[in-house]
Amino acid sequence: MIVADRKPLKEILEMLDGCNRVLIVGCKGCVSVCNVGGSKEVGILASILKIAGKKNGLDIEVDEKTLERQCDPEYVDQIKDVVADYDVILSMACGVGPQFLSERYPENRCLPAVNTTFLGGAVQHGIWEERCAGCGTCGIHHFGGLCPIARCSKSLLNGPCGGSADGKCEISKDVDCIWDMIVKKAMEQGRLDDLLKFKPAKNWSTARDGGPRKSVREELVQ
Amino acid sequence: MSELKSGSNLEKVLKAGHFAFTGECGPPKGANVEHLKEKIEPLKGMVDAVNVTDNQTAVVRMSSWAASTIMCQEGVEPNFQMVCRDRNRLAIQADILGVYAMGIRNMLCLSGDHQRFGNHPESKNVYDIDSMQLIALVKKMRDEGKFLNGEEIDVPPRLFIGAAANPFADPFEFRVYRLAKKIDAGADFIQTQCIYNMDRFKEFIKQAVHMGLHEKCYILAGVTPMKSVGMALYMAKQVPGMDVPESLIKRLRGAGKGKAGEEGIRFALEQIEEFKEMEGVAGVHLMAIEWEHKVPEIAERAGVLPRPVV
Repeated sequence: MIVADRKPLKEILEMLDGCNRVLIVGCKGCVSVCNVGGSKEVGILASILKIAGKKNGLDIEVDEKTLERQCDPEYVDQIKDVVADYDVILSMACGVGPQFLSERYPENRCLPAVNTTFLGGAVQHGIWEERCAGCGTCGIHHFGGLCPIARCSKSLLNGPCGGSADGKCEISKDVDCIWDMIVKKAMEQGRLDDLLKFKPAKNWSTARDGGPRKSVREELVQ
Repeated sequence: MSELKSGSNLEKVLKAGHFAFTGECGPPKGANVEHLKEKIEPLKGMVDAVNVTDNQTAVVRMSSWAASTIMCQEGVEPNFQMVCRDRNRLAIQADILGVYAMGIRNMLCLSGDHQRFGNHPESKNVYDIDSMQLIALVKKMRDEGKFLNGEEIDVPPRLFIGAAANPFADPFEFRVYRLAKKIDAGADFIQTQCIYNMDRFKEFIKQAVHMGLHEKCYILAGVTPMKSVGMALYMAKQVPGMDVPESLIKRLRGAGKGKAGEEGIRFALEQIEEFKEMEGVAGVHLMAIEWEHKVPEIAERAGVLPRPVV
């Protein structure tokens, strides 16, 4: 899923400076699953903003709406009849949401309430970790099903580097060295030869380095 | 190893079978050429080549190619270091051509410390290619006369290709295989991480010799004399992939106030004596960190002077 964190309240309040009517729009997709932008979190942020408004003597009106998804025009359309009532639309979806809203409602100001962080999953309740860098050419089968592009701090394809110690990355003891895991797994499976093969320079043109990306599925295009 | 690949002094010394002795010099944090020259001065005639570090520990300094060029002008042979952190493949290839054009003949290929350690932790890193791919790239440019994309190079850069090995990083069992992979990729010589745990290094070099790696590549053992107990503790605790045995810290402490530096040098000299006799070790890479002025004394006491002229 796409993982995100809510922006600090101070930053949100600064963005909302001068706005009296706010529509907070949540998303039932990834951000609901990672407990940052679903209906529950929309409700919490609405309450916080109302309290902050009162505290500062401001007359802020805050409404809530959570869409099925914000990355699909069909659902983004569902607020078309109400957006004109608001100074600002505050999206709690990943970075896609506020952009789809901005594009659909060019008259409105659409702001992000969360920082989109990475593609990952929950490793335990309340803890998410990055797993995919979205490079456009998956090669994890060369590395025992583990991705060194997303999970090695240097994205080394011929690792591990000299900073790997006790299974941890040189940047922090809180970060696992993925190459340590890749090597140990290969040894356990008797597949060390796979890692001795030279991995040539990667073609990054399918990653963000090739420019903004687009996926066209002809059979679905109407 | 029949014909010279680069014609560098380091290559000639190693090829002639001499026990090589290389030094290291970090460029200044500024454009202070005089300071750089002061650091180069004590290394003259003491070593076969001097590594010029490339934004080491991710701290911005005068570029390694520029400092290497100044070193050439000073009559000292540089071993130009390049890390993959700060350049993409375009800049890497351009700089390789540039340094060769400026007379540089040795190049050490490194991944580079992550920028989190450095003085610009908010920077974006590159890592378009990794150190293994960098080694292969320099070899391709030199031996095939081609860029990474296969296009012909008009006058290929003839560089003596170096790589690093850290026998003390984890997973330990894989380290010798990684060394073998770097040699297969094109490394002509290897400089190891600072060695303090001699037992572990001996185990590593024994594996390398068993695999015949020392016959395909020159392996230089990394030595950094400890200047103080504080430095030893810092290396032991703060530097990832560094193995500093408790016995060495104890020995430095036991030397008494103000004498730890001399004890650190003595330990380094004992190491060098062992390396001279150790199968698989072709020389020593002395990294006297911010202690360049001590290199003549260490070289003298280590009995590696005068340096061979080949």
